[in-house]
Amino acid sequence: MAELFIFFEQIYKILFLLIPVLVSVAMIVWLDRRVWAFVQKRRGPNVVGPFGLFQTLADALKYIFKEIIIPASSNKVIFILAPIVTMTLALIAWAVIPFSETFVLADINVGILYLFAVSSLGVYGIIMGGWASNSKYPFLGAIRSAAQMVSYEVSIGVIIINVLLCVGSLNLSDIVLAQKDLWFVIPLFPMFIIFFISALAETNRPPFDLPEAEAELVAGYQTEYSGMMYAMFWLGEYANILLMCAMGSILFLGGWLSPIDLFPLNVIPAPIWLILKILFLFILFALIKAIVPRYRYDQLMKLGWKIFLPFSLIYVVLTASFLMYFDLLPGN
Amino acid sequence: MIAHAIVFYIFSLIAIVSAIMVTVSKNTVNSVFFLILDFISISCLFIMIGAEFLGMIMLIVYVGAVAVLFLFVVMMLNVAQQKNEWFNSSGRSSHIPIGLLVSIIIFFELIIVIGGWKYKPDLLDSIAIEINSDLTNTQSLGSVIYTDYIHLFQLSGMVLLVAMIGAIVLTFRQRSGVKRQSYFKQISRERKDGIELVDVENNKGVKIDA
Repeated sequence: MAELFIFFEQIYKILFLLIPVLVSVAMIVWLDRRVWAFVQKRRGPNVVGPFGLFQTLADALKYIFKEIIIPASSNKVIFILAPIVTMTLALIAWAVIPFSETFVLADINVGILYLFAVSSLGVYGIIMGGWASNSKYPFLGAIRSAAQMVSYEVSIGVIIINVLLCVGSLNLSDIVLAQKDLWFVIPLFPMFIIFFISALAETNRPPFDLPEAEAELVAGYQTEYSGMMYAMFWLGEYANILLMCAMGSILFLGGWLSPIDLFPLNVIPAPIWLILKILFLFILFALIKAIVPRYRYDQLMKLGWKIFLPFSLIYVVLTASFLMYFDLLPGN
Repeated sequence: MIAHAIVFYIFSLIAIVSAIMVTVSKNTVNSVFFLILDFISISCLFIMIGAEFLGMIMLIVYVGAVAVLFLFVVMMLNVAQQKNEWFNSSGRSSHIPIGLLVSIIIFFELIIVIGGWKYKPDLLDSIAIEINSDLTNTQSLGSVIYTDYIHLFQLSGMVLLVAMIGAIVLTFRQRSGVKRQSYFKQISRERKDGIELVDVENNKGVKIDA
């Protein structure tokens, strides 16, 4: 009986986390389109609901009622599995994100490794979708995307090592608490920039959206998808973007901590700070989508392997020797 | 405790079934997907016995990187069309003796390890390193690998590096006649390199390729 009670309590907690995440994904799509429109001096979606806030809900409703078309020559099981994998992986990663000192679903010892592992699994949704469609453009898109995500994961991993050197723990709450005096964005500013750019590449956002470059590949791995399955890819993608923003704000911008521990700022509840930081990073994502033109594929690979990876490796050595020399290593 | 046992049996069942499906399934790409499922359920088992670091590394390295490359190669080579037919064919079975030999060796190794554990419980005491249960297993792994076994660790890193360089050397080929972009050349190009003013004489024209 007690076990059953724990089971239901956990389900309640999970829903309490997942429903706000899903709603905010819908809102964030609207924000993305609005920012994009404002940069281009358009209005963007402003008809459905106040300020057009319900535009995404209307779109979702449209997708639900559209027919799902499964290509005759596709591998049907994997074709259907692909959007489910993308969506699930984008959502399960939220389990370890700490919203405040107490408000975290699973406070595990290896939180940052879990986040990294789940984001590295995200590539499977895309590969499966591209391969199972059994068509040229999705396959090319999937191959491009896999190579891109694997390469940029490497530099994200090295950047995480930089942060971990300063923290001395893999627990996300410890990472946030280590930034009580100084956010890591200040000592590790170059790493923050590289993390941000790698996050753009990891989530296939412009200027690195080569997997779905419409001029060359129609819509990349999503070409054959329609209706609700397309919407799931789309939701998963935006949930991943939000997750990357959350990861950036936890690693570099001090997570739920207020900028300074003074009266008007430290009254604001902790989750609000995290949400504000995520929003800040997301607006940067949206601005970059509007401003920067798409990269060429060989330039993308060159940037990842020949510039980011050596630079962040050198920075690991620098950070480690700095901490060693000034005796600042954590745990001593 | 019962819930723990149920979850354990679910994961190990998935691991065993998917391991069998890797060899049995007809489509090579499906085999790779089953391999991935196998890796994932094994890392879940690692996490269940409290080795969360190993489980996560298993996910990151094997599922996140190695299996992606596997899948890549299998899809690119288009071996999906060649059916995995040895299982059904009756005549040629030259792989079976070698496979049997390897599996028998692994089986006896497992018996030795588990039997030693079972019949000599003080075996754990003979390990050179003290086990400190206060530390998380990330910390204890780090403190063992980077202090007591640092030279072996560095050595294995060197072996991997040599293997990587070897693979690059073996597959590297210099192609001639390929136009490459050189950022340095592009940036250092100035107006006088690109534009030249020429007084053209009437009825003579100008030689462009000077």
